[in-house]
Amino acid sequence: MPIEILLFKLLLCGIIFVVSLGVAAYATWGERKFAAVLQDRVGPSRAGPFGLLQPIADGVKMFMKEEMLPNKSNKFLFILGPSLFMLTACMVSTVIPWGGDLTLGGVTYNLQITDINIGILYMFGVVSLGIYGIMIGGWASNNKYSLLGALRASSQMISYEIAMGLSIIALVMMTGTLSLREIVEQQNAGVSYVVYQPLGFLIFLICAFAETNRAPFDLAECETELVGGYHTEYSSMKLGLFLFAEYINMFISSAVMVSLYFGGYNFPFQTEIAEALGLSANGLTIIQTLIFFGKIVGFILFFMWVRWTLPRFRYDQLMSLGWKVLLPLALVNIFITGIVMWALGLIGNN
Amino acid sequence: MLTEYAFWFLTFVAIFSAMGMILSKNPVYSVLSLIVTFFAIAGHYFLLNAQFLAAVHIIVYAGAIMVLFLYVIMMLNLNKVDEEKRSIWSKAAAAASFGILLLVVSAAIGHGHAQSELQSVADTSAIGTTETLGLSLYKEFLIPFEISSVLFLAAMVGAVYLSKKEQYN
Repeated sequence: MPIEILLFKLLLCGIIFVVSLGVAAYATWGERKFAAVLQDRVGPSRAGPFGLLQPIADGVKMFMKEEMLPNKSNKFLFILGPSLFMLTACMVSTVIPWGGDLTLGGVTYNLQITDINIGILYMFGVVSLGIYGIMIGGWASNNKYSLLGALRASSQMISYEIAMGLSIIALVMMTGTLSLREIVEQQNAGVSYVVYQPLGFLIFLICAFAETNRAPFDLAECETELVGGYHTEYSSMKLGLFLFAEYINMFISSAVMVSLYFGGYNFPFQTEIAEALGLSANGLTIIQTLIFFGKIVGFILFFMWVRWTLPRFRYDQLMSLGWKVLLPLALVNIFITGIVMWALGLIGNN
Repeated sequence: MLTEYAFWFLTFVAIFSAMGMILSKNPVYSVLSLIVTFFAIAGHYFLLNAQFLAAVHIIVYAGAIMVLFLYVIMMLNLNKVDEEKRSIWSKAAAAASFGILLLVVSAAIGHGHAQSELQSVADTSAIGTTETLGLSLYKEFLIPFEISSVLFLAAMVGAVYLSKKEQYN
């Protein structure tokens, strides 16, 4: 790999890390503003104009709070838990294609950190590891409520991972590739995959809510039943990492949904618009990246809208929805996709 | 050259974390070091160009099976104190039987594949891609694949039956 590409990838890693943190920080602000609008309140308004400095104030507060380690907890695992959760939250962003190609000084740079040809499988591997952060943190707290919260969170995540994986299989049958970049490229001329896979997208969306522990599936946190949740014993920035990683997960899963089902960085009539405006290839790439982030923000707003609209599930309802509704539906979706593809002569010829 | 360094690094990690899994007194640490071992082995698969196998190895073993192990250990809250004392005879029997197993496996590996054959497998870059693997599974080895999936189905039915049984009693 030439040195300038290596440097560019390192820079891109840094930029994406900072952007994920920034989006997650302002998602907390956005969440409070959104809730305020829905509940006819003002929301955060004191720190800066429109309360825009509120995330910074919150961060400072988190760092300044007293650090507490439970007396009889396992110190190493207690610290490892939130670190692992944060690490896995950030890791998926490496395979997401954030934009097309940039050509600077005769060298073509790709706005994706790595284009591994098993991108989707990598994503699932990382998501399934996210459970360890919660489980280790909950167990190491040496608190029965934390342990129960951790068990709840992790069994919910495992259950919905299955339906999520199966809903993607139907998509992969159509794309014929596991690379996220190729899936996005396939959508640049025609229609987005959400048109061909509406059921698959719906299942994926519901599972994404469950995987990120967002309402109406936020059963892992429950003040009335569990005192707090898996992070009952955590304080200061270690609690902050758990809460913050949730927002990063929301950002990343929105990015994944946009690239799998909503055309990624493509937008309708992009070549015509680029020609009409006389844009260069680099200019188009930048606009595409901005459009991509616009779509992601749309999904994040949808996450918030659902949270402040729907009441939460009961835990047994959550489990039976995952296993008895979504899993069979995902299997039916695979079956229908297979039959339609066979009827159209797309498979079964060789 | 870089591949060789990666190989040695992964090998050391795999061996030491496997030893940590056996030697640590705390069962939770055992599970965590076993997960590290799985990662090192997945790295080896990557070096052999078997990306699909590496990813599935992480998803299935590290992501699903070890989580269930961790569940059981955390729920039962196993500690050093609870660990049952085993007699010297059972330890000796375990060591002997595992030694024999190791002998059989190493003899089978040494017999089955000549060194050159292993080398040639490692050199082809397309051998482990999802496409190649899928084609050979569904074309060449369709019958064994189907039979093993029937076996999994039987195991699943058994597991469901065992978990249902308590309700009726």
